[in-house]
Amino acid sequence: MKIMPCPLNGPRNISEFTFGGEVTPLPDVASAPDSEWAEHTFYSYNGTGVAREWWYHVPSGYWFVAERHRVTDEILRTYDPSELPADALNNQQEAFQ
Amino acid sequence: MPFALLKYGLNKDYPFEQDADLPAPTSLKPHYDAVIIGGGGHGVATAYYLAKYHGITNVAVLEKGYLGGGNTARNTAVIRSNYLTSEGVKFYSESVKLFKDLSNEFDFNIMYSRRGQLTLAHTDSAIRAFRQRAEVNKHFGGKTELIGPQEIRELVPTLNMNPGHQPVLAGLWHMDGATARHDAVAWGYAKGATQRGVELHQLTEVTDVLVEASSSSSGGKVTGVKVRQGSAEHTIRCGVAVQAVSGHSTLLAEKAGFQLPIVSYPLQAMVTQPVKPFLDPLVSSPAFHCYVQQTGRGEIVFGGGSDPYPLYNSRSTLELKEQLLAHAVELFPFMANLKLMRQWTGLTDMTSDYSPIMGLSPVENYYLDAGWGTWGFKSTPICGQAMAELVATGKVPELIQPFSADRFSEFRQVNEMGATAASH
Repeated sequence: MKIMPCPLNGPRNISEFTFGGEVTPLPDVASAPDSEWAEHTFYSYNGTGVAREWWYHVPSGYWFVAERHRVTDEILRTYDPSELPADALNNQQEAFQ
Repeated sequence: MPFALLKYGLNKDYPFEQDADLPAPTSLKPHYDAVIIGGGGHGVATAYYLAKYHGITNVAVLEKGYLGGGNTARNTAVIRSNYLTSEGVKFYSESVKLFKDLSNEFDFNIMYSRRGQLTLAHTDSAIRAFRQRAEVNKHFGGKTELIGPQEIRELVPTLNMNPGHQPVLAGLWHMDGATARHDAVAWGYAKGATQRGVELHQLTEVTDVLVEASSSSSGGKVTGVKVRQGSAEHTIRCGVAVQAVSGHSTLLAEKAGFQLPIVSYPLQAMVTQPVKPFLDPLVSSPAFHCYVQQTGRGEIVFGGGSDPYPLYNSRSTLELKEQLLAHAVELFPFMANLKLMRQWTGLTDMTSDYSPIMGLSPVENYYLDAGWGTWGFKSTPICGQAMAELVATGKVPELIQPFSADRFSEFRQVNEMGATAASH
């Protein structure tokens, strides 16, 4: 089985994980127009390069980030969300965690 | 022959064989009234109806590989219209009607076979959803009803009525459900279209979409496409372009300069050795994430939902096969003894509401036939007709208006998530 290197639990079978979509900054909750929410909700990366994605380890309830190639399926890097660059999320999402 | 085969095996170029029913390839013209990108079922169906109903024959269908060799050849050939929304049921019902007469229309056997499609309910909530789907279907003239365990036993005597401690409580019996040979549908349309003067160019890849600034559209206006044939590059001008490249919709749209609300997932399916006919209806179970049907040749086709995460790759994974087959064997325990003969993977362009995207794009005269997820084959005839009307008139036909790309930014989705044969 394909192995996902989980930052918390080490290498585990991919069937223990759930894909959670692309890592994108949340629009400003107070002021973002509908069009920005539509963009955030329905449009995401679907190219042929490396994507930064949310992944969830189901048994331990742990969300983390994986950088995965969308053609070769190679997982290049996995890390805790705290290691995300500052512009990857915004304040509200950080406060939520 | 073995030597010739070996030569092809070692050759990097795909051997090109000319089909007897299709005209020999000609060289590309510098201008076409309409260019259709993608020579799968949808592309050739659009070309066919353009020529047949609208008299537009200065049309080129451009196909990167070979006719019907993409996802047209990778689906599991299910024809049904037992969807959930009024918009969806209306649209797919038209397709089911058109499929019935295609063999006569083409004078070419597409092996259409009306078997009925049975979806199993294992929970009370599934029964409630099925009741709604049955009523919506009847309202639009379909033959769909909710049936109980006794009727299911009569329809499918080999079915395990108590699989995996989730007893079969009821079924959605869709009498219009059918199957057909998917390749033959593409071949029939291609034959009919080329006989009427449409050009089909295989091994012709569109490498770029040419868009010029336009006063009436912020996305610009399409003027032509760049193509590659082997090592030769050509530029073709066109009045109208249609993209019908399921599995790669977002990548082509990007070349035309806009984004689509689509994420592409692989979908794996497989087929067993042939056995005696025992299974007439097409059987699916959303709770067990699988559907099972027997082909005219006796093979059993297994399909399920798309893979759990997006990828542009037709690789095979053992974990998905094990999971899918474990469920199929729960439903039909004796199948545990069968051997798998082939497996394959297609690419499904999934939209978040599980409905397609048809109609206008941000680029003027560039029309979309995209987002065909796991529901593309069954809509081939009606989508071809609607897209042909759009190309010929420039107006979006009423039937496909609900499926515009704008629906996502306007929050008017057509939610068919609950009506997929195998939940995703």
